[in-house]
Amino acid sequence: MLTILMAILIPFIAAIFIPFIYKFIPRINIGWFVLVVPIILFIGLVRYVPSVAAGKTYIKTISWIPSAGINFTTYLDGLSLIFALLITGVGSLVILYSIYYLSDRESLGHFYVYLLMFMGSMLGVVFSDNMMVLYVFWELTSISSFLLIAFWYHRKQSRYGAQKSLLITVTGGLAMLIGFVMLYAMTGSFSIRENIAAIGEFTSHPLFIPALVLVLLGAFTKSAQFPFHIWLPDAMEAPTPVSAYLHSATMVKAGIYIVARFTPIFGGEEVWFYAVSGIGLLTLFWGSLNAIRQTDLKALLAYSTISQLGLVMSLFGLGSVALHTGASSNSVLYTQATFAALFHLINHSTFKGALFMVVGIVDHNVGTRDVRRLGGLMSLMPVTFSIALIGSFSMAGLPPFNGFLSKEMFFEAMLMMRNVDVMSVGSWGTIFPIVAWIASIFTFVYSMIIVFQTFFGEHQPDRLDRKAHEASKGMLIAPSVLAVLVVGIFFFPNIIGNYLLRPAMAAIYPTFSGVNQLTPHISAWHGLKNNMPLFMTIGVVIIGYLLYITLHRWRSLYSVGPMLWNLDTLYNWSLKQMESSSTALTDYYMSGHLRDYLTYIFGFFLLAIGGSLVLFGGLSFDVSNDAPILINEVILVLVMAIAAISIIFVPSRVTAILLNGVLGYSIALFFVIFRAPDLALTQIVVETVTTALFLLCFHFLPELKRETSVRSSKIFNGIIAISAGVIVTVIALSVQGNKLFDSVSIYFENAYELTGGKNIVNTILGDFRAFDTMLEVVVLFIAGIGVYTLIKLKARKGERDVED
Amino acid sequence: MKTNDVILRTVTKAVVFIILTFGVELFFAGHNSPGGGFIGGLVLSSALVLLFLVYDIETVQQGIPVDFKKVAAVGVIFAVGTGVGAVLFGAAFLTQTFGMFHLPVFGDTELATVVLFEVGVALTVVGTVVTIILSISEDV
Repeated sequence: MLTILMAILIPFIAAIFIPFIYKFIPRINIGWFVLVVPIILFIGLVRYVPSVAAGKTYIKTISWIPSAGINFTTYLDGLSLIFALLITGVGSLVILYSIYYLSDRESLGHFYVYLLMFMGSMLGVVFSDNMMVLYVFWELTSISSFLLIAFWYHRKQSRYGAQKSLLITVTGGLAMLIGFVMLYAMTGSFSIRENIAAIGEFTSHPLFIPALVLVLLGAFTKSAQFPFHIWLPDAMEAPTPVSAYLHSATMVKAGIYIVARFTPIFGGEEVWFYAVSGIGLLTLFWGSLNAIRQTDLKALLAYSTISQLGLVMSLFGLGSVALHTGASSNSVLYTQATFAALFHLINHSTFKGALFMVVGIVDHNVGTRDVRRLGGLMSLMPVTFSIALIGSFSMAGLPPFNGFLSKEMFFEAMLMMRNVDVMSVGSWGTIFPIVAWIASIFTFVYSMIIVFQTFFGEHQPDRLDRKAHEASKGMLIAPSVLAVLVVGIFFFPNIIGNYLLRPAMAAIYPTFSGVNQLTPHISAWHGLKNNMPLFMTIGVVIIGYLLYITLHRWRSLYSVGPMLWNLDTLYNWSLKQMESSSTALTDYYMSGHLRDYLTYIFGFFLLAIGGSLVLFGGLSFDVSNDAPILINEVILVLVMAIAAISIIFVPSRVTAILLNGVLGYSIALFFVIFRAPDLALTQIVVETVTTALFLLCFHFLPELKRETSVRSSKIFNGIIAISAGVIVTVIALSVQGNKLFDSVSIYFENAYELTGGKNIVNTILGDFRAFDTMLEVVVLFIAGIGVYTLIKLKARKGERDVED
Repeated sequence: MKTNDVILRTVTKAVVFIILTFGVELFFAGHNSPGGGFIGGLVLSSALVLLFLVYDIETVQQGIPVDFKKVAAVGVIFAVGTGVGAVLFGAAFLTQTFGMFHLPVFGDTELATVVLFEVGVALTVVGTVVTIILSISEDV
């Protein structure tokens, strides 16, 4: 059986091989090879469904940095399984779709590497129990999303959208990281499970609320909640398969995953409830309101995604009320909201995925996504039209599609808010169903726009770039599968309810016994009596229909007054301000003089080290343990001192370099005297190589010119130089007198038994402190590449070195 | 520099092999006496530097057709990879082990996984040093 660790690693391993396959088998579309990966993962994960539904969870820990509490712990429960199935399931369909969507001329190798990288990191997010590991994968999803949005990087809009999404989501991610560290400070564990188990012990901690807010910031930015939603419409510059996958079905839902995952920890808090449900409701309303004004179908879908994510978010907010009072028969009622949220999450992925693919097909076959130019495509593209109809009606919440079921449950949950008597909600609760209802009317209107303005009305071939025709069969497979799911879930919703949602509910409400009570029986028909949600839906349809047919009369309202107020303007303005102010700052201190930079470095060194030595009373000298100084050592020191001082006065570069070499070789001699042959060897070889390097560099430079500088700067330089020397000496001397930590040499006493090596220096480098050595090697490599690129890739004379 | 320096060239031909041998010896000696990946790598690269100084770059690269950037990259991957390798066997990252084996020619020999790690270090050092020197000298 597929282990969870393998599920995370397989996409990454596959991504490594993609460039090779792409290069050596150019005739077959690379997408077919990629397609195998999510299908295998999906099948492997589906096989977990029965055992997870029976209440089993899988956990496996691989220690990574145990001393810092960071371990690679994979954890599979109902909640992560839902997301993993969405990632691999929708992923398979999207890749299948992209094979037909993207032409062979695109750099498909890059595309699929990014996509696989994204898939792996997304699986990493949902399967990681350790918050630090989760964070790493979280940011990896941002980066792969960045690369995918900028896939057509020659377009300015693509680069802008990619930068925007990266800036916003990574800022949120950083906030979340701080939140995680705060949680660690409170509980001493990065494990989410252990944090959940410790709940109650730290809720009164002063850091609890800040941690909550910071984690929510991460979730909100990723899930495009108001006011961070502005990145999502710009992310639509990505190829349509990416929009369907990342920006509607998976990555944007990572924020929702975080909210669901952390509900057991933070859910009982008032702040959590108000933030999640309030922001969610606001996003729902704002997204649906703005979707109507869009003329680009993809932008419309972007706003509708924002709005639907808000809907799911607000439901999770309501569901958290259940944790406020603890497990009781009263609070079980509120868990229904969470159930509706999870249900709608799945439904949204099916119908929104299908809709994105439909829009992609229209764009691909007609050449435009502008609803003002589209129309009358129904008879020309009948299959596409059917899928669009199913998807939009499901989004609008009409039967017989799955969106209807979850929309009804959403209304029911919102109506429940009228009766909430905890968290001082009181009469405010009435606002919830009203806002939800109005937002649903707008949802209905924009869903109708998608179908009717694209496929009905007058066909205007002269306004289209290409002749309209039905898409190829292959391109229609993926959206058809999703459309079938949309209908299928409507008729058999309880399969999903029992097998997927029930274990997820158990994960979100671990303290509630009898989880089976939390899973309601989903049915489409509740009768007419006391069926408020149904009447609300009927109201939505009637008013929505009236609004839709009068759309041309009131659409102009969007161009008046406050509707023009735009968060994008604020974003662009602050970006510009940041750029100009940082340019000004950089221009101020990056003077281009090496002397200035050395002054900064040494100045900081003096202040930081010297300052802390004085502040913490580190200035103590103890010479009692020191060995006596021998005459040959004195001679060596004298040689070094003379060499060092003469460097300042010699007239030629070559002499200066050689004198510098004298210093290095003398130090090597010291190592020999103090019986450190390894260091002596290293020092000699390094000195040889660097001297050769210097000679290479400076051999062709003109002779040194005596610098003419004013007296005051000379004095200043002298002060800096002398005090840097003094500080180093003082440190060396005071190290003897201060022992803050235990000696580390006990580690190495058994070096031979532990490592089999007699050379203790090497056992330290290779065995005991191998992590340091490894990173040093990496640093060395980066430095080498840095030198190489600096020299080789610099702009030729006359070329512009700044890209527009 | 004089282009036709017979003595230097003749000496170099012999000396380079001595240095290379010394480098390899240092590399393998590392576990029990002075030496190791870093120094071994440095000595090897100093032999290469000597070659580059005495002959011109084209001649040397004809004889040693290796892209040293790739050597460095392979080295880094090796060093990190051996760390990951330990994880696959269920041990902590970068755990090293060793054992005594009886080999046909060498007799009882100690084999340690740390050698693999050191190979990575040595390759990175050789690759990086030569890359830096080559790119600087080509720039002049």
